[in-house]
Amino acid sequence: MAKSSVAAIDWITVLLFLLLVGFGWGNIYSASFENEVFSFTDLTQVYIKQAYWILFSFVIIIIIQAIEAKFYERFAGLIYVISLLSLLGLFVFGKTISGATSWYVFGPVGLQPSEFAKAATALALAKFLSDMQTNIKYIGHQLRAFLIIAIPALLIIPQPDPGSALVYAAFFFPLYREGLAAIYLIVGASAAALFILTLLFNPLWVVLAIAAIMIFILVRNRKQKPKYSRYLLTIIIITGFCFSVNYIFNNVFEQRHRDRFNIVLGKEVDAKGIGYNTNQSQIAIGSGSWTGKGWKEGTQTKGGFVPEQHTDYIFSTVGEEWGFLGATTIVTLFLLLLIRLIHLAERQKNQFSRVYGYSVVGILFIHFAINIGMVTGLIPTIGIPLPFFSYGGSGLWGFTILLFIFIKLDANRVNEW
Amino acid sequence: MRKLLLYLIIITTGIVFVARLFYLQIYNTSYASLSEDNAIKVIYDYPQRGAIYDRNARLLVTNQPSYDVMVIPRELKAFDTLEFCSILNISKDKLVKRLHKARVYSPRVPSIVIPQLTKDEYAYLQEKMRKFDGFYIQKRSLRDYQTVNAANVLGYIGEVNESLIQKDPYYISGDLIGIDGVEKQYEKELRGVKGVKRIQKDRFNRDIGPYKNKKFDTLPVNGKDLTITIDARLQAYGQKLMENKRGGIVALEPSTGEILALITAPSYKPELLVGRKRSPNFTKLYYDTIAKPLFDRGLQGEYPPGSPFKTINALIGLQENVIDLKETVSCRMGYYYGKNGRKLGCHSHRSPLNMIPGIANSCNAYFATVYRRIIEKYDTPQEGLDTWRKHVQSFGLGNYLGNDLAAGRPGKVPTAEYYNRLYQYPKYKWYATGTISNSIGQGEVLATPIQLANMTAAIANRGYYHTPHIIKAIDGMPIENENYTKPKYTTINKEHFDPVVEGMHEVYTKGTASFLQVEGIEICGKTGTAENFTKIDGVKTQLTDHSVFVAFAPKDDPKIVLAVFVENGYWGARYAGRIASLMIEKHLRGTISRKDLEDWILTHSLEEEYAKPHSGEPFKINQ
Repeated sequence: MAKSSVAAIDWITVLLFLLLVGFGWGNIYSASFENEVFSFTDLTQVYIKQAYWILFSFVIIIIIQAIEAKFYERFAGLIYVISLLSLLGLFVFGKTISGATSWYVFGPVGLQPSEFAKAATALALAKFLSDMQTNIKYIGHQLRAFLIIAIPALLIIPQPDPGSALVYAAFFFPLYREGLAAIYLIVGASAAALFILTLLFNPLWVVLAIAAIMIFILVRNRKQKPKYSRYLLTIIIITGFCFSVNYIFNNVFEQRHRDRFNIVLGKEVDAKGIGYNTNQSQIAIGSGSWTGKGWKEGTQTKGGFVPEQHTDYIFSTVGEEWGFLGATTIVTLFLLLLIRLIHLAERQKNQFSRVYGYSVVGILFIHFAINIGMVTGLIPTIGIPLPFFSYGGSGLWGFTILLFIFIKLDANRVNEW
Repeated sequence: MRKLLLYLIIITTGIVFVARLFYLQIYNTSYASLSEDNAIKVIYDYPQRGAIYDRNARLLVTNQPSYDVMVIPRELKAFDTLEFCSILNISKDKLVKRLHKARVYSPRVPSIVIPQLTKDEYAYLQEKMRKFDGFYIQKRSLRDYQTVNAANVLGYIGEVNESLIQKDPYYISGDLIGIDGVEKQYEKELRGVKGVKRIQKDRFNRDIGPYKNKKFDTLPVNGKDLTITIDARLQAYGQKLMENKRGGIVALEPSTGEILALITAPSYKPELLVGRKRSPNFTKLYYDTIAKPLFDRGLQGEYPPGSPFKTINALIGLQENVIDLKETVSCRMGYYYGKNGRKLGCHSHRSPLNMIPGIANSCNAYFATVYRRIIEKYDTPQEGLDTWRKHVQSFGLGNYLGNDLAAGRPGKVPTAEYYNRLYQYPKYKWYATGTISNSIGQGEVLATPIQLANMTAAIANRGYYHTPHIIKAIDGMPIENENYTKPKYTTINKEHFDPVVEGMHEVYTKGTASFLQVEGIEICGKTGTAENFTKIDGVKTQLTDHSVFVAFAPKDDPKIVLAVFVENGYWGARYAGRIASLMIEKHLRGTISRKDLEDWILTHSLEEEYAKPHSGEPFKINQ
């Protein structure tokens, strides 16, 4: 059986994974080497460390493939609980690195449990949704599903690591695929849109504009005897939302959060202070032109102008040294991987595998969208890594585990469960 | 639908990202230069500026090292201003002001704080330099003059100004550039090409090695050495003769158009405009609005040419066939014309005269007659005047010569159009007599001394000239510019020149300059006395006449052509003629046989004459 399982592995996905990891390492090397002699024993160099992380991730892959596919379903709950405990444990044993208590440190190796919690949550959600008794159309079941997702997120926020917590929004995708009402999507999207509009304009104008639109719709639909109370309620909710957003933004958010939003919305320009990262990152990418400056030739990369370039801002190295062609190639590789994974998820006969697959797609997509959006200056600074690309052992392993459990499940789809 | 949503979102995100990347990397090109500012430091390696030699390979201009203190404002750290100021001997206020100016110019780009230190100052500062972050010393070379003459020819160099930096990307703030004379005209040849080194920097502005393995670095190319046509000995002699006078001398070699000497007086020593003392000295020269030492009278002074211009009218008369060599014109102390018996006065000489003695005696009546016939040969005076003008212009008058000198003026030869406006034609008609002063080089005709010299060269060559030029060879290679090597022909046939040359010869043998003959040298010349006016307290006042003289020698194989112009020197032979005669002897013989003549010029000053209009008291002229 093991043999057929290996043969059934989706090699396209594996190939995309290898390409991203390999290309990622090349860029980490370029972003961090400083003319020293290349030596595999020099563990002070991040690119050497990353090489070991990558090598070890292959071991992890083999272990994942060796374990019975059913193991992941059967022990999903247990894995989830262990994961929550590891997050809780941070409050006691966690080590604070650059302001966030997100790490367990074992000698030279630091592990970040939040990177593994995503896979655990995906397993737990898949397990819950695939239960015969679960029906996502019930409010009670919806609440339980939300809880499964929210608990790890709530444990991560106080680290503080709001960026990583935001990733849990990715579980909306499997929920929606499994039948969650579209109204959640509409409400969520409208809330986001209103949030942005309120920050851009005076909330009073936003409310007045929406009220005008509502009245217009009401007048047009008056022959169908509309329920006035509903219209009124909607307007009241929107008004409340807008003014509370305004209040929260100005009084609850910290200045650094406000700055990040204001810079992206173009309300503030501050290239030296808070906007420095984004500005330098855009300069690096922008200076790449069509084909880039060549590997290890990026002046911005070499000069270390972009902070965190080997981690969250690794994509700016791609942009500078490989240019538009290289950067679009990476974007395309990610798109291909995501689309391939949706395809794989859809071909699962088993609901557990499908939910898990969608979770993987959602998580990878959110990381991809937020990271590249941030590096190219489209959205505010939210520090989360680019999957398979950014430097970091926990991140790489977390994504590897997440992805290869799904590859294992997919390889096993032909077998009876 | 539920299956499609995620696909849609993913594809949309991908498209948005690709569009954003396209905008950042392709559409918006400003990021590339931002990245260069950030990460690459450019260091320039200045080449040696070319040397300048005279026609006999005598070194005139070379280089001496100089050191500029530069600052990159962004890299400044707190430093001991007191010590810094005392080392460099400047006040703190001045330092603060200069640093502010540098910061306003650009915080990243180097600016000069203190230009052109001497070797000693440099040696002392170099020891202490490490204490002053953000400052560094840039070596440059300054001009070192081996001559005290020819400042107007050589020109000078100075810091390039802001508007030129905008126009020509080669220059950056603090670069030196030729501002006048040969230095300006041959800037590109002299300066060479500066070398560029690109150094990559990290975010702390530390050097982290050469950019792209020195792929874009260039080595400096040294400037080329110039040989100019000036004869330094003749130039020096001319300047000596012109001391205490104002005016200009232009000496040409007629067979080539090479400028042998270009003298303006008063002048100044070229070394006055070198280095740190340039600025106060320049200001002093610039604001001397009475003597105007920066005004090159040989090139820029537009004066009525006076009698030398009569030779041109003689040539045109012969060419237009309105007079022959034998016909005589009588002169009764002047030329009478018009209904009311108006008169163009003349001095006393024998009468009647034909052409050759006409030139030798500079008879006004003779040339008024010739000029009038030229104009009246055609149906309308307009046609006649424009024909006359075409001939005059073929001698290089009335327009820029198109030479390689940094300064110049077009002079003036009036057009028919000009007189139409002046006399309000066709409401009122005008006739040849209305323009009669053109016949004797007064009136509307204006020429610079170099134009007069060139005109005389065309006569000496019997019909053509080479555009006067200052460049002889670049890096030892003789010039091949056709503008200078190809002769330009006048509209006058060759055979008409001989009688005019003969007339000019008689000026020396029998005429107005007979006391200036040089034993054994056949000189041809023409005196001129130009009336001139100035305004004193708004009143037009006549001043002592300008003394003008043109000459060439020897008569049959001319080696030198001269135009000498002495402001308020009275009649032509008095100052200008004497100087021309001495210059010719100096050039052809190398020594002066007539020491008494030389002493007369050296001991006679016109300063008293020049002081007259500024004295505020009534004065007499032409004494």
